[in-house]
Amino acid sequence: MEKLLGIDVGSTTVKTAVLDQETGNVLYTSYQRHFSRVKECVVAELEKIENLFPGEKYKAAVTGSAGLGIATASKLPFVQEVQASFLAVHEYYPDADVVVELGGEDAKIIFLTGGMEQRMNGSCAGGTGSFIDQMATLLDLDVSQMDALALQAEKTYPIASRCGVFAKSDIQPLLNQGAAKADIAASIFHAVVEQTVAGLAQGRKIKGKVLFLGGPLHFYKALQKAFVQTLDLSGEYAVFPENAPVFMALGSALYAAKENAYTLSEMLEKIKNGRGRDEVTRGQPLFESQEEYDEFVERHKQSDLKFADIHTYTGEAYLGIDSGSTTTKLLLITPDCEILYAHYQTNNGQPLDVVVEKVKEIYALCENRITIRAGAVTGYGEDMIKAALKLDFGLVETVAHFKAALYFNPKVDFIIDIGGQDIKCFKVKNNAIDSIMLNEACSSGCGSFIQTFAKAMNYNVEEFSRLGLFAQKPVELGSRCTVFMNSAVKQAQKEGATVEDISAGISSSVVKNALYKVIRARSAEEIGENIVVQGGTFMNDAVLRSFEKETGKHVVRPAIAGLMGAFGAAIYAKERQTREKSTMLSKAALGEFSYTAKGVVCRGCTSHCNVNVLTFANGEKYVSGNKCERGAGGKKSADDWNIYEYKYHLLRSLETGNGAGRYATNVQKPLGRVGLALGLVTFEQMPLWTAFFRELGLETVMSDESSRALYYLGQHTVASDTVCYPAKLMHGHIESLLDKNVDFIFYPCESYNLDERAGINHYNCPVVAYYAELLKANNERLTEENFLSPYLDLNNLALSAKTLKKTLSRYRFTEKQIKEALEKGLHALEDYQKAVRRKGREILSGARMAGKTAVVLLGRPYHADPEINHGVGKLLTSLGVAVLSEDSVASSAPVVETNVLNQWTYHARLYRAAEFVCKHKDTQLVQLVSFGCGLDAVTSDEVREIMERNNKLYTQIKIDEINNLGVVKIRLRSLLATVKGSKEEK
Amino acid sequence: MKSSTEKVSYKTTVPVFTDEMKKTYTILAPDMLPYHFDIISVVLKRNGYNVEILRNESHNVIEEGLKHVHNDACFPALCVTGQFIDALKSGKYDLNKTALLISQSGGGCRASNYVPLIRKALRAEFPQVPVLSLNFSGLEKGSGIKITWSMLMRFAFGIFYADAVMSLYNQCKPYEVNEGETEQARNACVAYIKRKLVGKGYANYKRVIQYILSAFSKIERRDEKRVRVGIVGEIYVKYSPLGNSHLEDFLRGEGVEPVIPALMDFVLYCIVNTINDKKLYGRDKVKASVYALVYKYLYAVQKKIIRMFTRYGFEPPHDFETLRKGADKVINQGVKMGEGWLIPAEMLALYESGVENIVCAQPFGCLPNHIVGKGASRAVRALCENVNIVPIDYDPSATKVNQENRIKLMLARAKELLAEK
Repeated sequence: MEKLLGIDVGSTTVKTAVLDQETGNVLYTSYQRHFSRVKECVVAELEKIENLFPGEKYKAAVTGSAGLGIATASKLPFVQEVQASFLAVHEYYPDADVVVELGGEDAKIIFLTGGMEQRMNGSCAGGTGSFIDQMATLLDLDVSQMDALALQAEKTYPIASRCGVFAKSDIQPLLNQGAAKADIAASIFHAVVEQTVAGLAQGRKIKGKVLFLGGPLHFYKALQKAFVQTLDLSGEYAVFPENAPVFMALGSALYAAKENAYTLSEMLEKIKNGRGRDEVTRGQPLFESQEEYDEFVERHKQSDLKFADIHTYTGEAYLGIDSGSTTTKLLLITPDCEILYAHYQTNNGQPLDVVVEKVKEIYALCENRITIRAGAVTGYGEDMIKAALKLDFGLVETVAHFKAALYFNPKVDFIIDIGGQDIKCFKVKNNAIDSIMLNEACSSGCGSFIQTFAKAMNYNVEEFSRLGLFAQKPVELGSRCTVFMNSAVKQAQKEGATVEDISAGISSSVVKNALYKVIRARSAEEIGENIVVQGGTFMNDAVLRSFEKETGKHVVRPAIAGLMGAFGAAIYAKERQTREKSTMLSKAALGEFSYTAKGVVCRGCTSHCNVNVLTFANGEKYVSGNKCERGAGGKKSADDWNIYEYKYHLLRSLETGNGAGRYATNVQKPLGRVGLALGLVTFEQMPLWTAFFRELGLETVMSDESSRALYYLGQHTVASDTVCYPAKLMHGHIESLLDKNVDFIFYPCESYNLDERAGINHYNCPVVAYYAELLKANNERLTEENFLSPYLDLNNLALSAKTLKKTLSRYRFTEKQIKEALEKGLHALEDYQKAVRRKGREILSGARMAGKTAVVLLGRPYHADPEINHGVGKLLTSLGVAVLSEDSVASSAPVVETNVLNQWTYHARLYRAAEFVCKHKDTQLVQLVSFGCGLDAVTSDEVREIMERNNKLYTQIKIDEINNLGVVKIRLRSLLATVKGSKEEK
Repeated sequence: MKSSTEKVSYKTTVPVFTDEMKKTYTILAPDMLPYHFDIISVVLKRNGYNVEILRNESHNVIEEGLKHVHNDACFPALCVTGQFIDALKSGKYDLNKTALLISQSGGGCRASNYVPLIRKALRAEFPQVPVLSLNFSGLEKGSGIKITWSMLMRFAFGIFYADAVMSLYNQCKPYEVNEGETEQARNACVAYIKRKLVGKGYANYKRVIQYILSAFSKIERRDEKRVRVGIVGEIYVKYSPLGNSHLEDFLRGEGVEPVIPALMDFVLYCIVNTINDKKLYGRDKVKASVYALVYKYLYAVQKKIIRMFTRYGFEPPHDFETLRKGADKVINQGVKMGEGWLIPAEMLALYESGVENIVCAQPFGCLPNHIVGKGASRAVRALCENVNIVPIDYDPSATKVNQENRIKLMLARAKELLAEK
């Protein structure tokens, strides 16, 4: 009798299973990492089997995400992975209700009972095995260590679960702030669970007997625990099979039962001779010859700095520290800018420890010959390091890099820095930083991407990059987010690309990503003539070469490219020092330095930030992670300067009746209770509908304040994982209203918003206009009775009244009653808008008197929700700025004619507000953009253009469910530094 | 800060396409609808526009698109722009005698911004190239194609005919006995339609449809059951092979009969939306009553075509009134941005005609599709037992393997169900 053979080729592992066809007994299974050498690994595994059962005949089938290539090439039958696990489930666990399976790159759910359905992760979902690997790398742990640590966690932090890049930007600040690794580890596993529930279940509850499959779910106990907890499964309902890692291999073996049988040598022959489809596009080699490479190396040697010997030098010195996201850099220079000491290392998530250790080393080397006159710190860890070491200065990274670049090329007009996690570029005009471009959360992680990838392929990063230099046919990997690149790389591997080709391809992708996605350059001329490149990633010759090839220009890469931030900081310290003696901790004080870290939740306001408190040995504290100065123990936050706070409180106060507005109080003896959600279309319209229903004698109930918890409440009904966060939050708002036992929820559909005569039409965006339809279709608790969503055009009062009469027919209102109530509602809305404008004027004139900069923070009405804007307004006020909003100034600026179709009400306000900023010299603009907002892809370019034509700075901030203000802070501080710089000059 | 009534303009001047230019300019159009654009381009040619449909789809098309279009703009905008720029850079065209043509819907979806986005992309390198808009909503006056009544009618019939060819090609190709016969029939029909569309008899649809049906019915076909897969979704990625990585061909390669709903349904959908706008929001009554007449006429033609298809034993196009009734079960017809309620309506109609497997093709992050694609499929599933809907995101970096895997997963189950029957 023949045997059955299942081969499961996943993105990171190869699994095999051998079954006896007659008895169904499992004779052999194996699980092996393939390190991207797919074919070799499969061949090796099959040879092992041949040795175990020599001369047998097998019926075989291949499955797995990387199996298709092998199957096509070798003409062995291929079975879809889900199909394979389905067969195995059927065989071994016929009573399971749901299967949850996580693989290296895929996540799947199969609902078996109650309407069979299969779901697979979308193209933008990274919450899988390789995501966990990536995160472990970031924590400098191997995954099993991370797993063990996670089990000891005391708390979890919110970490964006949608994709690795996002999660990274959540984790990095936690690390820098000294959060406990155990807690972070547990948070990572929780993020994976959330991703699975939100991204895959999409409105369908995971319940009944749940079978958990795939490598990660088998090996990582903390992940198991997180799943069981989140899904609230009791003992026997959560099944983690012993043979989980090879489950699909078993399934494909079962599938093979009806196929032809071969001997293994026949099969091996097929696989070895099989040729993949060569669909991968190839580019040009980086260097044609060794000579070309030598010339390149020689040219770049010219921008080296001189060294001075720290062991013999006597005199003064300046210390610069760059505490970056993944690396820490220290530099000690003489007053002539000669290097005494330089250090560059990954901070392993412990930036403070690294700095303390290295400064001690510097002190030791200095002996009594060298006096450190001043020290400055820049980078993510700036605040913490400055507080801990009592350094003289702290400066924003962009300024540090500019200082450093000026040293190498006084004519510099363009600086690009690619670091571990950020890409920063800025143009220089009139000796000041002109426009700053930072990577948006979506394409960050470029430098560390190379590192992670090198590790995954079993190389160190230097070796890996060197391999790319002389690659013959670099693969083209596109210029998008690195998560996408990840799967492009996998595809290239499947098509047989060599490590060399991939390495070169990754380097060129990083460059393209920077040029076309971050800088958004259309041509090389646009960038500038005198380019200085820096940042650790440019130390990589392959990246540097790709950059020169892509731009067609020779650029300056200082030999200390990775240390430029520290160099700039040192120069800054040198230029600014005025005191006799540095404030830095002395050698003795540093010797006794120690600290403890503790995470607490701040109760200062409703934001409930997760803050980290570092307590130093002398009892002083440093608080981080807070959004406003209240958490840091400072004085009351300057809410008065922040119109976002004002708007939000004004709207929320409608609920209790304490606030402004003519229909502030709820009705006595109501006819019924109506629920109103403070989100999307009914956010700005809250005064309207509150007044309308109260006028009609109904009690209005507002949804709960937005929070992460509220989002989780409705997460299971989110249908599309790539929709914007304001929309996702709506699901939670609806749930909260349902829990308040209202008679019905009112949430209208409005294709058109109110016509403010500021564009050629006055649409709502499709999501704002029709979200009611999606809510209705995906939340089982909503019915025709308890969810009323009429189609309204509020510009047409008569027809709206007619429609509403029908919608509210259960109360038998007359059309006249409705019309009157609607008029009152529209008045209430007008009152609200007037109040916002009045407050805007107040803030602006106050700011002028106080000499504060006023920033118009552009957004949509619902961006006033603190859970959506993540406290950007607060951050601005904490930086000493007054905050206005688009709706507070738009109507006092001219109507703007744009190149793009100006046809959305909320967006027309953006253009007018931009015009307002251009007309008022003492104001600045920052645009808030929700991730995934397709309309803002159009508006942001247009706003930028308006600003640039008026020689004003444009700053954009992308927001999502991520809660990381670190990047935002750099951006805002750079903006303010530039504004301040240009003021000083005048 | 009192309310302002001034206006300020940031409009850049763009090259205008004048009547004079018609004589000397080549007008490039993107490959959006492989069957339809080719056929209706003869109407434009007849009216003096020298239109050429672009077929370039090298890797460079996507690269140029990525370079010239915002990261978050939708994939179709990226493909179309990339295809234009790639063509302009190819050296095949005299840049001072070339214009670009793109259709513009004019709804609340960002797709109505294609024209400005393309102009923006051209600004740096090809400032002299005019962009023409083909639209029916009065946008871009001055650089739009001037649409006459006769052109409009020819377009409408051209779409009916192209729909017929598309549908019949898909119904025959998977089953043809003699390799190449279906292509022959198709080519003969396309040539015939083109002749008809520029002549007087263009509206004699009974004759034209008769010709098409008879040509395809002569193809010798195997009598066998195959899995049928419907394709719905955003208009560009639904039809354009560049947009959907040759989805039709891929499906046929898997032994599947692809079923693609007619473009006329999208046209009727747009017309009906204007009528609904009056009903729901009290908008433009005159326009609505004219559109109602046009709708009535086109629907009558559709009904007759359906009858003719049925007589030949072919699966007819969807009946638009049935689509509307279907939509009402799942979603309000007020959802009119992008492909709006048409998507769930087509899902239901496909299901009712026995097509249980549906690919919902959408550009990554398409706004209306959040609501009508992913958002509505749960409601459709609730009505249709065994329906198998897979949403596929199209994106310049979504790997083909990933997309194909998903479709294969659907097919695995579909084939199993077919075998059970």
